[in-house]
Amino acid sequence: METRTLTCIRCPRGCTVAVTLADDGTITSVTGNSCMRGDKYARDEVTHPVRVVTTTVPVVGSATEKMVSVKTAGDVPKGRVFDVVRALTDVTATAPVHIGDVILADVAGTGIDIVATKDA
Amino acid sequence: MSDYDVIVIGGGPAGLAAATSARGEGKRSVLVIERDQKLGGILNQCIHNGFGLITFNEELTGPEYAARYEKLARDAGVEFLLDTMVLDVSPDHMVTCVSEARGMQRISAGAVVLAMGCRERPRGALNIPGFRPAGVYTAGTAQRLVNIEGLMPGREVVILGSGDIGLIMARRMTLEGAHVACVAELMPYSGGLKRNIVQCLDDFGIPLLLSHTVTRVEGKRRVEAVWIAQVDEKGRPVAGTEKRYPCDTLLLSVGLLPENELSRAAGVELSRVTRGPVVNESLETSVPGIFACGNVLHVHDLVDYVSQEATAAGAAAGAWADACAQHQAHDEEPGIPVVAEGGVRYTVPQSIDPERMPEKLTVRFRVGGVYEDKRICVYLGDERVIAKRRPILVPGEMEDVTLKREDLLARPGLEKIVVTLEEA
Repeated sequence: METRTLTCIRCPRGCTVAVTLADDGTITSVTGNSCMRGDKYARDEVTHPVRVVTTTVPVVGSATEKMVSVKTAGDVPKGRVFDVVRALTDVTATAPVHIGDVILADVAGTGIDIVATKDA
Repeated sequence: MSDYDVIVIGGGPAGLAAATSARGEGKRSVLVIERDQKLGGILNQCIHNGFGLITFNEELTGPEYAARYEKLARDAGVEFLLDTMVLDVSPDHMVTCVSEARGMQRISAGAVVLAMGCRERPRGALNIPGFRPAGVYTAGTAQRLVNIEGLMPGREVVILGSGDIGLIMARRMTLEGAHVACVAELMPYSGGLKRNIVQCLDDFGIPLLLSHTVTRVEGKRRVEAVWIAQVDEKGRPVAGTEKRYPCDTLLLSVGLLPENELSRAAGVELSRVTRGPVVNESLETSVPGIFACGNVLHVHDLVDYVSQEATAAGAAAGAWADACAQHQAHDEEPGIPVVAEGGVRYTVPQSIDPERMPEKLTVRFRVGGVYEDKRICVYLGDERVIAKRRPILVPGEMEDVTLKREDLLARPGLEKIVVTLEEA
């Protein structure tokens, strides 16, 4: 039996969540969370931690913006965060860009798209 | 007859929400004056996610949150003057502004909402000895350089102060290929949200040095190193604990100051604690018909709270303008003072008139230190009406209590409302 104490990062409340693991690694309890997001975060974090990555890529042809902000459209494995950023090194967006536009599909083989979070 | 029913100064999250609400389903004319070329304010450079969970039940990035509120304001028929700097607001609501396109303009308003936001405390406020080399930036300036301009301020970074922008920039600079040696924080606790320590520092193995400060900046033309020392309980560097960190960049995340030059010139009374206007239950300042919301009023931790507060301020400003247009006399009776005690640093609002308050009124505040296992208590006279248990309270996170109008009305002659912390 092992208990791991985490700070949930799913919302600014930052609940302290305790996860109890049986000897075979199965989760026996999650306590301290205030909502189901916290439950999911805690279960993910002890088995396969994930993150949303946000960064920027240059945009050409925009009258107002030099850079367009982007994010992974969903969670990617925490261990792949730098791969995601590296995969965007040579990516440039072309205006017009709208919020939600796919800038790079299936980034670094994660199955997750990179989408714009700003119009440009 | 005024040019507009309501003029909102500032087109960031506070200004957009206030304007949308002041519009009152198209009933009033509302103008937002914004000095930047685009709306959304500082959210445009806050490209990280975590905004809007309360408002939209989604984790949005800053630009996405701003775009949602810009659309709400545009759909509501709010008018905008962009690239326009407000120079003066008079106590009788004449707004003087200047722009390259239209020159100097004077525009009158029934009511005014101040929503100018805040700015970062600069190096000059810190008294760090040394030359003035290139490479010292506030965290927000670095954020703008990286996220808007696409420029990297440096490669080897030390961050002083653990405010949220500093924590966010520790991660951002790391993702962009810089090495962040550490975040030094003068206080024994972080000034930022816990989640940001986890996802911005712990995830990347960046040490947070609590009770530490920068004592010296080395380098004449460019930062070459900073010296960091441990501090005692009074914040004084402890001899013999100094350590040299070679670096080319020092980022400062050491606090935010509400930007109240216009308010001050308009004669608005400011609080020494929040450095924002003193307001009543309608978020009206000491100058009748001038309202305030968002970070110009007090520095918030979450934009969702800014939007809520601004919506209330906009509605109150709209109602004030209506009364003004109908030549109704305004009730300017001073409200019941709200007193902050026992670790509560301040409250917003600072006074409440039970007659004018809504059915339920949110009173926001911050605490002055780290407190464990306390109750947030509200006393109406001698009677405790709220005792809300909180396992932990920290200065970096805003707290609130909700007062009920009926509770105040039931106690005529009430002299003060006390918000305090007690043992749980």
